[in-house]
Amino acid sequence: MAVIGREAEGLNGTRIAAALAVAILALGAPYVLYPVFLMKLLCFALFACAFNLLIGYVGLLSFGHAAFFGGAAYVSAHAAKVWGWPPELAILAGTAAAATLGLVIGFLAIRRQGIYFAMITLALSQMVFFVALQAPFTGGEDGIQSVPQGRLFGLFDLSDGLTFYHVVLAIFAIGFFVIWRIVHSPFGQILKAIRENEPRAISLGYRVDAYKLTAFVMSAALAGLAGGTKALVFQLASLTDIQWQMSGEVILMTLLGGIGTMLGPVVGAGLVVTLENTLAESALPVTVVTGAIFVVVVLLFRRGIVGEIAHWLRRK
Amino acid sequence: MIPLLGIPTQVLFGQLLLGLINGSFYALLSLGLAVIFGLLNVINFAHGVQYMLGAFAAWLLLTNLGIGYWPALVLAPLLVALFGIVLEKLLLSRLYRLDPLYGLLLTFGVALILEGLFRSWYGTSGQPYSPPAMLTGGVNLGFMVLPIYRGWVILASAVICLATWFVIEKTPLGATLRAATENPVLVQAFGINVPRMITLTYAFGVGLAGLAGVLAAPVYQVSPLMGSNLIIVVFAVVVIGGMGSILGAIVTGFALGIFEGLTKVFYPPASNIVVFVIMAVVLLIRPAGLFGRER
Amino acid sequence: MAEPLLHVRGLQGFYGESHVLHGVDLDVFPGETVTLLGRNGAGKTTTLRAIMGILRRRQGTIRMGGVDLMATPPHRVARAGIGYVPEERGIFASLSVAENLTLPPKVAEGGMSLAELHRLFPNLAERASSQGTKLSGGEQQMLAIARVLRTGVRLLLLDEPTEGLAPVIVQRIGELLRTLKAQGMTILLVEQNFRFASTLADRHYLMEDGRVVGEIRREEMAAKMDLLHETLGV
Repeated sequence: MAVIGREAEGLNGTRIAAALAVAILALGAPYVLYPVFLMKLLCFALFACAFNLLIGYVGLLSFGHAAFFGGAAYVSAHAAKVWGWPPELAILAGTAAAATLGLVIGFLAIRRQGIYFAMITLALSQMVFFVALQAPFTGGEDGIQSVPQGRLFGLFDLSDGLTFYHVVLAIFAIGFFVIWRIVHSPFGQILKAIRENEPRAISLGYRVDAYKLTAFVMSAALAGLAGGTKALVFQLASLTDIQWQMSGEVILMTLLGGIGTMLGPVVGAGLVVTLENTLAESALPVTVVTGAIFVVVVLLFRRGIVGEIAHWLRRK
Repeated sequence: MIPLLGIPTQVLFGQLLLGLINGSFYALLSLGLAVIFGLLNVINFAHGVQYMLGAFAAWLLLTNLGIGYWPALVLAPLLVALFGIVLEKLLLSRLYRLDPLYGLLLTFGVALILEGLFRSWYGTSGQPYSPPAMLTGGVNLGFMVLPIYRGWVILASAVICLATWFVIEKTPLGATLRAATENPVLVQAFGINVPRMITLTYAFGVGLAGLAGVLAAPVYQVSPLMGSNLIIVVFAVVVIGGMGSILGAIVTGFALGIFEGLTKVFYPPASNIVVFVIMAVVLLIRPAGLFGRER
Repeated sequence: MAEPLLHVRGLQGFYGESHVLHGVDLDVFPGETVTLLGRNGAGKTTTLRAIMGILRRRQGTIRMGGVDLMATPPHRVARAGIGYVPEERGIFASLSVAENLTLPPKVAEGGMSLAELHRLFPNLAERASSQGTKLSGGEQQMLAIARVLRTGVRLLLLDEPTEGLAPVIVQRIGELLRTLKAQGMTILLVEQNFRFASTLADRHYLMEDGRVVGEIRREEMAAKMDLLHETLGV
């Protein structure tokens, strides 16, 4: 997709100051807002950032990312509850499961481009959904409940909201940093070249499919990291996490926030999570509002919020 | 009854029949999708809700205006097609210059809006809709009893699909459509109103979905959710068949329905996912699809 | 002299940000055959596309038989009586030869009937049910011309009809165009093959860098050879 935000590379005074401000906000936030709400926000922000890696920087629209998010949720929940694994290993298990699933789905989907790629990811993740629906270990309609949160590294008691919040914040920061490094690395440059002119990249000798698949697996793994963490935060893994509607939601978050910008998915996730929380109490059906936002953004607002701001700043 | 492969023939043919019915809808819907995609280069995610709208139109016509099945078979698709025209002219046409993925996202948004609205108005459980008197009852074929309405569905679908194929491949109107799919700029330079053709083609594809909805109403119940899970399977059908060929879409639809039915007999837990598995296999050996031309 | 059938003044054209036509002026009178000569990139094809409305970003005046083509939407330009035969010929692969032939709708009375066309182009009758693109290059060019002749147009826009074709086919096309001219057809021809153009045309316009830089009548040909060589690099 051709709507990509461009941001200045590297660090400078303004950026360091901005990063410090964000850090202060992040550390102070749980004293103002509910930790659980913030953790939900962070998990979805990471999910959206992972998704954005694929669409924004490789140009591949995956319509099935819920498979990685929800799949990891199930695996982490199962690991923590049934196998009794400590939280760090449970989350890692979920991430690894998502990466593996990403390898399989990615391998199949990469064989086609554009529209077909999107449809294939949708269909394959629907298949994962049906497996989750019927498999014994997922608990069907009930999901896996009462997932124990445990002690991180045996030291930090995650049942304390504030502690867990800092852990989730750290996980998000690590994930975000990993994505940032990928995007700004030589590997990321090649991805960008592939996105902008694939035939040229092929003629230059790059094994384009291998690069795309690697990026896909990375995106899936990071989505899995988000999903596994979420399962422990909410102590629940359910079908909602793995349905196609969830795939649609992460697309909305990224689109609304700004495809191809680093901060866009975070902003988008924040807005959508807040919106859904607010709507839950009102009579307005959530899907209608979600759909309406989709329509409006696609028609009028394709750069997304962060993208529009960046565009506006550049023109000044 | 002599059991076949250990399955009583009644069960086998019963499931095959159900499979053929599912296949009828797969064929009708993937046909509509393929026609729309051919000319507009847009994947109409709203196809599922437009199918649902057709069924609801028929149901509403009956419960509110006393208009029965046969008139509904004509009216409902027209109403849905009208909605399609509005959608295309107002929203979809603004996206043609962009990456086709935006069309997918727009129609996805429209699908969410409509499904959400109907869910909030009618809940998630289905409304029943009876088949017309003329088509009730069954016919004993010896190896099974064929419910007349279901036979009608299969027959009607096959006829509609073949008629569509005929119009597209063998008539001057179809020639214009095929030419415009290939080179719309030149067709326009010859004096043909291509934007209007695009609108009408979208309306036709959408109308086909609505018609499928009316046919489906007596078989499945009329529910706001009836389109969404179906559309994803139809996407898989379309990937398997490839969208280059009208006949390919039709054949693939029916064939996959039969496959699904057979799976339900011999290995029920896989029946939900067999179409996706087949899609995975096709992607490995023939990525462009069975009848596809790489676009 | 009569009113021009096609009248173009100050035509500017843009491909996106790129300014490609810098004010083209030309007239084509009824019954004339006029060529646009020039090197690659001079703007000849672009001028034709601008007239047909295929190039959307344009300014200036284009009138065809009194109709203001600048205000006409692209799908109505043909109805003013213009038939377009593009450089790439544009034969549709998903249509048979017969379907290709009958695709363009009639825009006026007086077009050739199918019978007449089959007499003029026997190949096309023979291979009526073949896929359009299975024809040879020369046959496809004949088909591209034949299909607009059916529609009753008064002005033919031909973009490099002899490009890539064998000499014997080029001759046949020349004969065809002479026949059409004798029947009163007005023709605007873009050609790189100067010899071919000189046997047909009443007048030549020379184009360079998106504008018309010279005009040569048939009688003036010998006298203005130098100008020709300069502009065409021949």
